[in-house]
Amino acid sequence: MRFAVGFLVLPVTLYVIYVIAPYAQAFSIALTNWRGVNASPRFVGLENFRRLLEDTVFWKAVGHNLLLLVLLPVLTLVIALFFAFLLNAGGRGGAGGVWGSRFYRVVFFFPQVLAIAVIAVLFQQVFRPDRSGMLNAPLIAMGFEPIGFLSDTDIALWSILGVLVWQAVGFYVVLFSAGIASIPRELFEAAAIDGAGGPPMFFRITLPLLWDTIQVGWVYLGIIALDVFAIVWVMTPEQGGPDYSTTVMAAEIYRNAFEYSKFGYASAMGVVLFFFTIGFAALALRLSRRERIEF
Amino acid sequence: MADAAVARSRSYARRERRRRLGPLSVLTHAALMVWTVLVVVPIVWTFLASVKSEDEIFGDAWSLPATVRLDNWARAWEQANVGQYMINSVIVVACSTFGTMLLGSMAAYVLARYPFRGSRAIYLLFVSGLAFPVYLALTPLFFVVQNMGGVPVIGPFIGLNTHGGLILVYIAYSLPFTVFFLAAFFRTLPGAVAEAAFVDGASHTRVFFQVMLPMARPGIISVTVFNILGQWNQYQLPLVLLTSVKDKWVLTQGIAEISADAGYDADWAALFAALSMAILPMLVVYVIFQSQIQKGLTAGALK
Repeated sequence: MRFAVGFLVLPVTLYVIYVIAPYAQAFSIALTNWRGVNASPRFVGLENFRRLLEDTVFWKAVGHNLLLLVLLPVLTLVIALFFAFLLNAGGRGGAGGVWGSRFYRVVFFFPQVLAIAVIAVLFQQVFRPDRSGMLNAPLIAMGFEPIGFLSDTDIALWSILGVLVWQAVGFYVVLFSAGIASIPRELFEAAAIDGAGGPPMFFRITLPLLWDTIQVGWVYLGIIALDVFAIVWVMTPEQGGPDYSTTVMAAEIYRNAFEYSKFGYASAMGVVLFFFTIGFAALALRLSRRERIEF
Repeated sequence: MADAAVARSRSYARRERRRRLGPLSVLTHAALMVWTVLVVVPIVWTFLASVKSEDEIFGDAWSLPATVRLDNWARAWEQANVGQYMINSVIVVACSTFGTMLLGSMAAYVLARYPFRGSRAIYLLFVSGLAFPVYLALTPLFFVVQNMGGVPVIGPFIGLNTHGGLILVYIAYSLPFTVFFLAAFFRTLPGAVAEAAFVDGASHTRVFFQVMLPMARPGIISVTVFNILGQWNQYQLPLVLLTSVKDKWVLTQGIAEISADAGYDADWAALFAALSMAILPMLVVYVIFQSQIQKGLTAGALK
């Protein structure tokens, strides 16, 4: 017992000081009008939340998060499933997969190890609006108008979605490939004997047996979508612009806390984000609950 | 003779399979190549731009550099402080990953194998940290770290704008996943070896470090990789905790700042060089350790 306490005391102390205490405090700070590093907080009840309801910028941010919450998982999972299916030829190729599948997996996965801040700067250059931009150069050469990937308020958010999908796909290709490889080959062989081709095999065998993994991916990507920050903060003009067209909840929390010093208000935003996260996780687990197939 | 026949029939089967998949396999590879190009081209383009002249960068994006200008890299390393930022990142991540693994494995081991009243509650306390968005804690965390700076004797090493403070925060925020994953791992290990060691008179501490930890090696490696990458790529926490001292910044902050500062008179060539410098070590490490890295990062999802 003394041993157990000795081993736990340091990690638990550190965890309580730096993680539990701040989370607990955040909820009470959200009920104050704390502004400025030297000011002292005063209790204002739900005033911050009432003001949040009228905050158009914050609701824009919520809208962007919700859009990403729907589209990021859908696009990433569909693309990743498609490539994982191709790599494993529907599972029929056995553990090896198609020729060169290892090479493809290694390349696809690489963006996952790069920092989002680095990817943000990289794509800022890729998206440059003149012929020095990687994407606009060929467009201009072909006589089209350059696209304001980051400067057009109707397009900027889609550029962000594109970069997020670009980074995430490889991870799920690897994850799903591992899942497909763990499906017993006899199932595919039996289906093949029964005359199933590629697509039916995918929809009737691969997809149902991968369901658990897909569900995990769904929750991961949803949480990534709710926690988007670095890509917006580093890549977009005016950090969430132009004209707040790409801002997200995390960016508004950071802006309000550390640029405007509105600590109470920012914490209220944090509480809203917290309930979105919990709500999403509960919903995802509920919707995707179905009978587990043991194999 | 038999070996040769087996080899021949294997290679025949392989040829046969490829022939049968013929047109389909061409389409498969075409689709896979499309994504390969999408991933590779922006990165190669960045590396090419890092050795271009300013005029070439502002010219056609798809032109090749006329001469390889390595002085861009030298300027990024020296004047844009990328060298300093990289050293800072290495120091912080080395310490914080080591601390995370030491404290995380100790906690996970006790929680997994020494049940006592309240151990379940402590375990849940750690795991619940996985569900909270870090942005909720940012403001209070800033003040917690600021207050830690006022602690006598050790304060100056763990307050705001210190590497020590950042390291402790990294450790604390890495514990939920580390404890969650390693506790599950320790539970699956057989107890017989540990019992034998106890019979031989080994202490609990000694059994942990010399018996259980080596047995948990695969899990430890996966989580270490996960933590190194997560902490190396972290941007939000240093942004809040290392605001005012540029010479303490980590690499992600430095790269983001170079691009934020970049106006018309900026050194764009050095920006691309800095970007390449941030990517290159990851590329080298990834190529060498790619299977461990893929395992480490997907470990949490494959449970």
